[in-house]
Amino acid sequence: MGEYKGVMTFAEQEDGKIHPVSYELLGKGRDIADKLGVKLSCVLLGFQMKNEVNELIYHGADKIFFYDHPSLKEFDTIRYKQNIVNLVKEEKPEIFLLGATHLGRSLGPRIAVAVKTGLTADCIDLKVDEEGNLIQIRPAFSGNILAHIKTKTRPQMSTVRYKVMEKRERDPTRKGEIIMKDAEVVENSGTNILKKEKAGEVNITEADIIVSGGRGLKKPDDFKILHELADLLGGVVGSSRPLVDEGWIGREHQVGFSGNTVKPKLYFACGISGSSQHLAGMRDSDIIVAINTDPSAPIFKVADYGIVGDLYEVVPKLVDVIGKNKNKVLS
Amino acid sequence: MIHNSGEAANERPNIIVLLKQVPDIEEVKFDTEKGTLDRSSAKAEPNPFDLNALEAGVQIKEKLGGTITVVSMGPPQAESALRDALARGADRAILLTDKKFGGADTLATSYTLASAIKKLGNFDLIICGEKTVDGDTGQVGPEVAEHLGIPHVAYVSEIKKCDKEGFVTVSQMGEYRYLTELKSFGLITVTKDINEPRLPSLRDKLKARKSEIEIWSVDDLTNGADRNKFGIMGSPTSVYKITIPSVEGRRGKIFRGTPDEATKKFVEELEKILKV
Ligand SMILES: Cc1cc2nc3c(=O)[nH]c(=O)nc-3n(C[C@H](O)[C@H](O)[C@H](O)COP(=O)(O)OP(=O)(O)OC[C@H]3O[C@@H](n4cnc5c(N)ncnc54)[C@H](O)[C@@H]3O)c2cc1C
Ligand SMILES: Nc1ncnc2c1ncn2[C@@H]1O[C@H](COP(=O)(O)O)[C@@H](O)[C@H]1O
Repeated sequence: MGEYKGVMTFAEQEDGKIHPVSYELLGKGRDIADKLGVKLSCVLLGFQMKNEVNELIYHGADKIFFYDHPSLKEFDTIRYKQNIVNLVKEEKPEIFLLGATHLGRSLGPRIAVAVKTGLTADCIDLKVDEEGNLIQIRPAFSGNILAHIKTKTRPQMSTVRYKVMEKRERDPTRKGEIIMKDAEVVENSGTNILKKEKAGEVNITEADIIVSGGRGLKKPDDFKILHELADLLGGVVGSSRPLVDEGWIGREHQVGFSGNTVKPKLYFACGISGSSQHLAGMRDSDIIVAINTDPSAPIFKVADYGIVGDLYEVVPKLVDVIGKNKNKVLS
Repeated sequence: MIHNSGEAANERPNIIVLLKQVPDIEEVKFDTEKGTLDRSSAKAEPNPFDLNALEAGVQIKEKLGGTITVVSMGPPQAESALRDALARGADRAILLTDKKFGGADTLATSYTLASAIKKLGNFDLIICGEKTVDGDTGQVGPEVAEHLGIPHVAYVSEIKKCDKEGFVTVSQMGEYRYLTELKSFGLITVTKDINEPRLPSLRDKLKARKSEIEIWSVDDLTNGADRNKFGIMGSPTSVYKITIPSVEGRRGKIFRGTPDEATKKFVEELEKILKV
């Protein structure tokens, strides 16, 4: 194990733009590397994205391994895997981190198997113990427990949830080394992307304010009430799963275990009971507000503010009061 | 690499569905003090996402013919999940059960499942759920694909086309929707969106009760597989501590009274917090 040294992160890109989780990984990776007294490197695969390479250095990387090749422009699991596996075998990092995005969670497992190591999914915290081993903390059982996990093989690999780690302040004076790598070109990867399109206009995972509705709503039209509050606050509307299943609102609005994980500054749960599956998607919100007629609803246990009352009365009232005090509230 | 070659075979896809039995999460008791969990109190059921995987397989079979084999690794009780799968349209069910499979992390689980698939040989498509409600990693599917050296598409929400030439899938990756062609054979993991699993009829349930579930142990797989890679021995990761997510730090202020009063008080608070 001694031959494995250093921390390496994967920089995810789409259309030549670096995904913000990549900077968060560098933030956490920097802390860990400093604690261990080792270098932080980062691997980027793409095509013609020179400027982005420097951004990775400004956000904390010491060294970038850049694979610049047309075959790597779009994400292809097998092509990406093959090149990263080559690099990991060459460089032997002791820790390798990816974002727990769809892409990272599709790619990471293949790399782990190919280099014969363990992979811990969807970590929300990473620490180092006295012996320098990585402690990986992740939710399991639909978010009901937190498991603290160690890996006995190297590299120790984790995917890390988006929006839980801090990125560092961008420092354009930081210097680092850029190593251009020759890509291994995989001709036939077995899959072929025929088309790629932006899915839906709302991206609930990026929203700072979310007003969600659950089965406390009586008919599809009543989402309007929530829209008014969301619009007023500059937020978006979310939903518990039953209403999505009913077709009242699109799947992209669903919050929870089988929907989106969100971490807004302010989360309103209106007529949502607070099932473990719903909580799994929003329990890390900065401030949670629950509006529910049932004072014993579990949602009140995780709420910062709870209003016991009928959402049909309370939400319009909120719109009214906040509307009048808009300058005061939203300054 | 293993796959179905030959025209005749391709016309009748052999589908493998990977299905796990999981505890009903709502019924598992979590001890906040000790940081332990008691699964025994909970009823076991097939992982909900794996029922979507099975339904996807059944729909392909309805269109193209072929067979569905369900493979599960778990304790002997997991037989009931496999019976459920037979009632829902699977043709054959295999349970990988052995003390030596126990304590497996995703690497060992995927290795064990892949070893069983290698032994089965002939297949065109493997279908997994997006994730399990207990392990909750979503890793086992792509890991199985890597062990087998076959391509995969994750988070499939629709199968647009399936015929002799292969499959065209729709999958959601972040902000984008991808239309991906799986050229010959491979593995997909499916989300809830892909279908609404149908309920088995009483007749099918009764029939499944009498059907055979094949039980495979370590010895059934060691021809070609490495014993040391099963179970706890083959698992590089281990949980050394469990904690319960704290709700401490939440303000927990509840407002009651008339909507007027409650809202007013809440908005006063909101003004304060949004300012900091
Ligand atoms: C595998 C799996 C995955 C799942 N994934 C998800 C997921 O991703 N997201 C998700 O949300 N769920 C998910 N679920 C479903 C979950 O278990 C719950 O069934 C669901 O979250 C309940 O939704 P709800 O809170 O809207 O409805 P309910 O539990 O029915 O709660 C409705 C609440 O509204 C209150 N109410 C009623 N009328 C009013 C009123 N006029 N004003 C104010 N309050 C009112 C009631 O007191 C009640 O508390 C999943 C389940 C499974 C098995
Ligand atoms: N023990 C198992 N037996 C059969 N299939 C499994 C098992 N564990 C995981 N799977 C499959 O892999 C998927 C992802 O599981 P997980 O990585 O545990 O979230 C599941 O939806 C199943 O299709």
